[in-house]
Amino acid sequence: MSAGVAVLHDAVRWEEKALLEAGKRSGIPVRMVDCRELAIAPGTEPPVSGTILQRCVSYYRSIHSTAALEGAGARVINTLEAALLAGNKLFTHVLLRRAGVRTPRAAVAFSAEAAVRAIEGIGYPAVLKPTVGSWGRMVSRVNDRDAAEGVIEGRESMHPSYHAHYVEEFVRRPPRDIRAIVVGDEVVAAIYRASENWKTNTALGGRAEPCEVTGELEDVCIRARDAVRGQIVGVDLMEDEERGLVVHEVNGTTEYKNTVRVCGVDIPTKMLRYAAGLG
Amino acid sequence: MAECIECDAAISFPADAVEGEIVTCPECGAGFELVGGKDGMGLKPAQTVGEDWGE
Repeated sequence: MSAGVAVLHDAVRWEEKALLEAGKRSGIPVRMVDCRELAIAPGTEPPVSGTILQRCVSYYRSIHSTAALEGAGARVINTLEAALLAGNKLFTHVLLRRAGVRTPRAAVAFSAEAAVRAIEGIGYPAVLKPTVGSWGRMVSRVNDRDAAEGVIEGRESMHPSYHAHYVEEFVRRPPRDIRAIVVGDEVVAAIYRASENWKTNTALGGRAEPCEVTGELEDVCIRARDAVRGQIVGVDLMEDEERGLVVHEVNGTTEYKNTVRVCGVDIPTKMLRYAAGLG
Repeated sequence: MAECIECDAAISFPADAVEGEIVTCPECGAGFELVGGKDGMGLKPAQTVGEDWGE
């Protein structure tokens, strides 16, 4: 008998509701737990029993609640280690390179002057990203030195977390990228995210279309998942004109609404079955 | 069903509504979170999208 799965959330989006519905279909008991109502003391009995699927939309709430729950002995998917590694673009980049997974060239610098040097080492156009962030927020393409200096000056006046200036090469690719969903050892589905905007995030209007999960895509995604020690992740890839598939991001609390919609794969049930140890 | 706190338009709840779910006013677009009460579901303003929100 499965102990069931707790869905830890701070807002019930389509994805969290789909997990609840999948529980009813599959017979796996699902409990919705609002993270905002928890008080967690590491070292004492965890306030949530069974396996916990971490689904908080707030990154900081997510990693801190995972840390505290693990400290209380709970099993959380993804683990704190994976959440921290996947949640930081520089950490992910380093680990992908170490694992031999192709990823865009990147550099980091810690002052305005060094950041311009880092960008010019990568070459224009380049992409400036916060090391922690999502949905394309504050991701800036800089085409020349004037633009670079302007963007960096703005970030220097923000919270210190924005002062790690992370820069990536602008990858030459078709006007789309790929989001692949990995559950355990299986790449369960993938979509193209096509957009006239150079940022292809569906949160910014990118159109989702089905993408075939080829052997190559599967291999790259599993190695990317392993690189960040993930269990359930969304891997973002681009099709570089010369190098082929390159991974630019691994998402630890991946959204999958559009993947389910266009691929017809029951991703929430696969996630629940994995969490419950059933497959 | 409830009245929008912003514009008084009628907001209907999904048949399978759950606490914590986000609903949007069809008239003004304001976002609300469904909350449980002794008289059934109610609305409270949804948290503004945070700087650290994402996936």
